[in-house]
Amino acid sequence: MRVRMKVNGQPMIADDVWEGESLLFVLRERLALPGSKNACEQGECGSCTVLLDDLPVCACLVAAGQAADREVMTVEGLAGQQPPSAASATGELHPVQQAFIDAGAVQCGFCTPGLIMQAYDLLRRTAGLPADPDIREALAGNLCRCTGYEKILDAVRLAAARLAGEVAG
Amino acid sequence: MDFLQPTSLADAIAAKAEFPGAVPIAGGTDVMVEINFDTRRPEALLDLNRVPELTSWQFSDGTVRLGAGVTYTRLIAELGSLLPGLAMAARTVGSPQIRNRGTVGGNLGAASPAGDCHPVLLAAGASVEATSVRGSRMIPATGFFTGPKRSALAADELITSVLVPAAAGPQQFAKIGTRNAMVIAVCAFALELRPPKGGPGGSGPPGAGRTVGTGIGSAGPTPLRAPEAEDFLAGALAGSGLWESAACLPDRIAGRFGELVAAAARPIDDVRGTAAYRRHALSVLARRTLGWAWDSYRAGGGVPGCG
Repeated sequence: MRVRMKVNGQPMIADDVWEGESLLFVLRERLALPGSKNACEQGECGSCTVLLDDLPVCACLVAAGQAADREVMTVEGLAGQQPPSAASATGELHPVQQAFIDAGAVQCGFCTPGLIMQAYDLLRRTAGLPADPDIREALAGNLCRCTGYEKILDAVRLAAARLAGEVAG
Repeated sequence: MDFLQPTSLADAIAAKAEFPGAVPIAGGTDVMVEINFDTRRPEALLDLNRVPELTSWQFSDGTVRLGAGVTYTRLIAELGSLLPGLAMAARTVGSPQIRNRGTVGGNLGAASPAGDCHPVLLAAGASVEATSVRGSRMIPATGFFTGPKRSALAADELITSVLVPAAAGPQQFAKIGTRNAMVIAVCAFALELRPPKGGPGGSGPPGAGRTVGTGIGSAGPTPLRAPEAEDFLAGALAGSGLWESAACLPDRIAGRFGELVAAAARPIDDVRGTAAYRRHALSVLARRTLGWAWDSYRAGGGVPGCG
């Protein structure tokens, strides 16, 4: 079947989509957007997290047809966005992405896109700085097997502080 | 495989009548796992995301009619006061991403003995609304689960809503797992206390309230109630005048309640835990949730804590 959707603001068409195919497969294999990672395929690891109609979801658990005519935002859509509060530009990358680099929160990198999407969602919904329990809860469905999470928490705190204008980018 | 995408309830039940083998999919958090792992190849998927009748809830006559497609995230945000027990269970489901997609209707459709909502629905005396081209019927939650991953739903029926009485008193839910997120329950327990009208010292009409609801998850072939534990606790609270006095709960009552809940379970040994552990954990969960619920009942009447 043919599936049309808007991905990162661009209308896109995927053809020959199998009816049982996931949104994740369509993004990676048909729309040349491999940023969302394919790991567990059962919603356990969060590495395929995308925004579907502005809500974070595991793309592996969305049937492609369910995303038809909907809006999808992947990690590829994050760079180049400048949120109003980020007065000091940090280059092409979104402040959340830059914070992951600066905090050393990226090791093998496989979980990073999902964590970044989930952190992005948390920070845009949080006025001021998120409390640590809120960060942990937001990232509870994202697994990392390299860093042990401390650097990831550091990255989210750093991004939050930069977005709140407390720390220079 | 076909992909059916109705945009109204009438079209959805017509599609289910025409393709009884079609698997309904809402959040996809169970169905897509089976498809991704090639353990299920249904003749068709029936996408319910675009059926507007399923995505709302209403409150009237003391009962919430919860549309089958309301997500856990919305349940937590919108129904925490009317259905606190169900909201507690919803908070333990998966992760934020899963709660953004998963629904109570899907939980019921999967009918897993470990489904997080089921113990609460049993404790609250909920009913499941099943709709087909033949009409609608209400299936009491106690009669809905017929076996592991099996329910009383007919092949042409869709779960359209759950009718859940608004909390008539303190509700609690507790679940055992290896971490606080992304776990299938090792076992779970839900409790509702239904006090006499007016709470501690209140003088409601005789017979109003004074009952107890229970639900056991992941410790039997289906979710279960613990009727003997319910009767014992209701009798013990009434017999000792505890509803009225709101005195501290004697340990022997809480302990016996826990034993009776454990005795009602029919657990097996599996990868998540042994039967013996599940029984023990259930007695602890029952005792603890009763303590929390009783504390909240006392607090509602302005009675100081039991220390």
